[in-house]
Amino acid sequence: MIHLRGWKRWLIVLIALHGTIACAGFLAPYDPAEQDRERPYSPPMRIHLVDSQQRFHLRPFFYAQRLRPGSFDQFEESIDQRIPLHFFVTGARYHLLGFAPSRIHLFGAEGSRIYLLGSDGYGRDQFSRILYGGQISLLAGLFGAALTMFLGVLIGAAAGYYGGWRDALLMRVAELFVALPWLYLLFALRAFLPLAVSPVQAFFLITLVIGAVGWARPARLVRGVVLSARERDFVRAARGFGATDGYLLRRHILPETASVILTQAAILVPQFVLAEMTLSFLGLGVPEPVPSWGNLLASLQQYSVLVSYWWMYIPALAIVPFFLGYLGFASALQQDLGTEKIETASGESRW
Amino acid sequence: MVRMASFATFGKWFGCGLLVATAALVSRPAGGLPPQTSSSEERFTLPGDIGKPGGRLVVALRAEPKTLNPLTSADAPSREVILGAMQADLIHINRATQLTESALAKSWQVSMDGLQYTLTLRRGLRFSDGQPVDADDILFTFRVYLDENVHATQRDQLIVGGKPIAVRKVDAQTVIFQLAKTYGAGERLFDGVAILPRHLLEKTYAEGKLSQAWSLATPENQWAGLGPFRLKEYVSGQKLVLERNPYYWKQDVKGNRLPYVDELAFLFVPSADAQVLRFQSGETDLISRLGAENFSVLSRQPRGFTMSDVGPGLEYNFLFFNLNEPWEKTSPDLTRKMKWFREVKFRQAISAAIDRDAIVRLVYQGRGAALWGPVTPGNLRWANATIPHPARSLEKARALLKEAGFTWTAGSNGDSALLDSDAKAVEFSILTSSSNADRTKMATLIQDDLKQLGIRVQVVPIEFRSLIDRVTQTKEYDACVLGLVSFDADPTPDLNVWLSRGGTHLWNPSQPHPATAWEAEIDNLMQEQLVAPKYEQRKKAFDRVQHILAENQPMIFLSSPDILAGAKNSIGNFHPAVLEPYVLWNVEQLYFKDAGENARR
Repeated sequence: MIHLRGWKRWLIVLIALHGTIACAGFLAPYDPAEQDRERPYSPPMRIHLVDSQQRFHLRPFFYAQRLRPGSFDQFEESIDQRIPLHFFVTGARYHLLGFAPSRIHLFGAEGSRIYLLGSDGYGRDQFSRILYGGQISLLAGLFGAALTMFLGVLIGAAAGYYGGWRDALLMRVAELFVALPWLYLLFALRAFLPLAVSPVQAFFLITLVIGAVGWARPARLVRGVVLSARERDFVRAARGFGATDGYLLRRHILPETASVILTQAAILVPQFVLAEMTLSFLGLGVPEPVPSWGNLLASLQQYSVLVSYWWMYIPALAIVPFFLGYLGFASALQQDLGTEKIETASGESRW
Repeated sequence: MVRMASFATFGKWFGCGLLVATAALVSRPAGGLPPQTSSSEERFTLPGDIGKPGGRLVVALRAEPKTLNPLTSADAPSREVILGAMQADLIHINRATQLTESALAKSWQVSMDGLQYTLTLRRGLRFSDGQPVDADDILFTFRVYLDENVHATQRDQLIVGGKPIAVRKVDAQTVIFQLAKTYGAGERLFDGVAILPRHLLEKTYAEGKLSQAWSLATPENQWAGLGPFRLKEYVSGQKLVLERNPYYWKQDVKGNRLPYVDELAFLFVPSADAQVLRFQSGETDLISRLGAENFSVLSRQPRGFTMSDVGPGLEYNFLFFNLNEPWEKTSPDLTRKMKWFREVKFRQAISAAIDRDAIVRLVYQGRGAALWGPVTPGNLRWANATIPHPARSLEKARALLKEAGFTWTAGSNGDSALLDSDAKAVEFSILTSSSNADRTKMATLIQDDLKQLGIRVQVVPIEFRSLIDRVTQTKEYDACVLGLVSFDADPTPDLNVWLSRGGTHLWNPSQPHPATAWEAEIDNLMQEQLVAPKYEQRKKAFDRVQHILAENQPMIFLSSPDILAGAKNSIGNFHPAVLEPYVLWNVEQLYFKDAGENARR
């Protein structure tokens, strides 16, 4: 076993998780928007190795599903129709990692679609939608966190380094940002935008909004570190030698904040993914038919879906490993880098 | 000549789950049974099961009624309460047969020229406070309905041929109504015009305060009606309780005075899902306006209640394009799109590409009907059976688009995009009401259908009011999915939709002159059916209207949902109808089969 320091182990976990989502096109058997109008709300299918006559098959298979007579949404396995699972099959076109065009999918079947995690009200494959939806939600989280950290560091460093009225002003603005009722402002903002927003525009809009809203907390943390760092002896010494503000910040002060920034970023990413989910759930996110974890959950607003189709909850579970991964990463970082100043800001969210 | 038919009024509302309830009350056609009255009362006898008296019927309302004043009520809950349970009209449309039947007017005669209606009132009618009803109350009622200063919501319907109906008293029991022009839908005019008590409202009217009268907080003794129930108690934000009207003018075949139940309580339950929960837990006795999904949730585990699918109602859902004339403020983008929309072959191609069966199956779980015209299978007398019902055909759609000058490009990854004659990609957005999940789902299905033609569609759910504003005022939209519900099976209440000058002529509202030859022809035909005295003549004209609509596709008709309702097993005479109010139309006949059930309540 290779001995890795704590945070590195978590980093590998995170890379594996993100890799799965990045390879959605390959891992997902179908296009996320493709509808199977004969099978709305099909429950997750079971993969068998032993058939109904107790015979063992080396190749995994599943049974086709058929509607119970007289029902719209109650499916049962039809055990006379055994469909073998095939691997590395040719199917819907996609771009691996966003650029490499391909048609090879990890698995698939002929004769009937396979629904590992069931299908939604349009007969779209939940499994494929969760994988593709993760791309939108995670990217929004990552971009949002990057933007927030950029703004936070910029503003925090300026406030902490210059101090005085500039510090006071910037920190009051930060407090204002924390206090504003963002969700309602977002609804208002949406009303001013053009009616039809394409999925790409909607994605950038939501990322921008998430990113621009959250900078106050990291800014205050960075300010605190900068405030103490600028009074350290080596900084005073460098200033005595005539170093410029820019040089001091770049060379001596900001490196001091690195661990704070990294830990903050690791905490912010899952929170922002959650924020994206909330906004999409409320219909402010990417429009149909593009999936995201939030709009996958939006159908749960209906009571009938809530009580009838349990597999519609599964997208909510998708975020859990990411959340744990990021928080584990953040706390391991905090320990290993030996910083004391970091507030554990987890668990708290405005969304 | 005496004609037994009638006609109802009201405008109609846009769908969006905002269905406005209509006049209601009456029930079965007046069978051959003579009224068994002991005194001088001439009661109306209803056939049906003989019920047991007593009990309290509890139903849910989507919102608190805004008023108890039939003159100014415009919201659905107010109309459901007022016209469904508290008030009565002279001639009523039977919700089951869709024909007119006598109500407060025992009989009526129409003059040979069709301009004069002579109505005879039932003898012995009394308001719920015991005051007798006579012709003066009728005169008073029509005077206030027609008074411009009162702003009665039904005033427009009482203006026939540009002139208000003239009302004249013959004697205490007889009133003559004089129309300026013949009116094909005839007596349906009187449905929903609640007869008001002159003794309570005359003073308020003289003071000019009639439109503000009869709020929910009105004391019981200041209120009176002719419906089966009268005001008992109102608890703001919670419930409205009505009690049995002891002077009601209907009886069962054994001569028992109706209604059977002692109390009718309306609970204010804001969401459809919450109504399902209340019904499931037994708090409410009846449920209607159910979506297919909630219906199947309730049907799966019926605990002491029965669910009933009455078949398609009168709601028709459709997709329509912006067919307005471009004006100076129209963006160049929209002007370019309008060119496609105005091309009839484009609209026909869209219609051919839409999978209506999938809409019925996925949106209504099969509990609905695919539509190719505005008249649903629930309308018994007006559907044009010769309208073709073509199956979905992408080949036909492609051929039509090709004929209209559209071409296709091969896209980078195998999907082709549709291009117009200027080689611009064909893309548009479809507005839907965000509060109506069904129509958003329809639009999403259409989005996928049209993707196969190479058309990129965006579905834009927006708030209902701003949607209506865009469609009828600013006219800044590409296409829209909406639904309309008729109150009556007759084509006349839909006049505003089909006439080119109508405000609800959604694809191009309030035109000064018909924009196209076919719209002009529809105008003429609708006028023709309005004045034609015979049903056959009217039907012929309206059949032609349906034909023109199918040919020109200003609205691409999609589907009509079934009317779904449910009631506790203990409720007798439960016969939901496809006309509003779906389950309360015969509220006076509903009863509890099990007396023990009542005692427990």
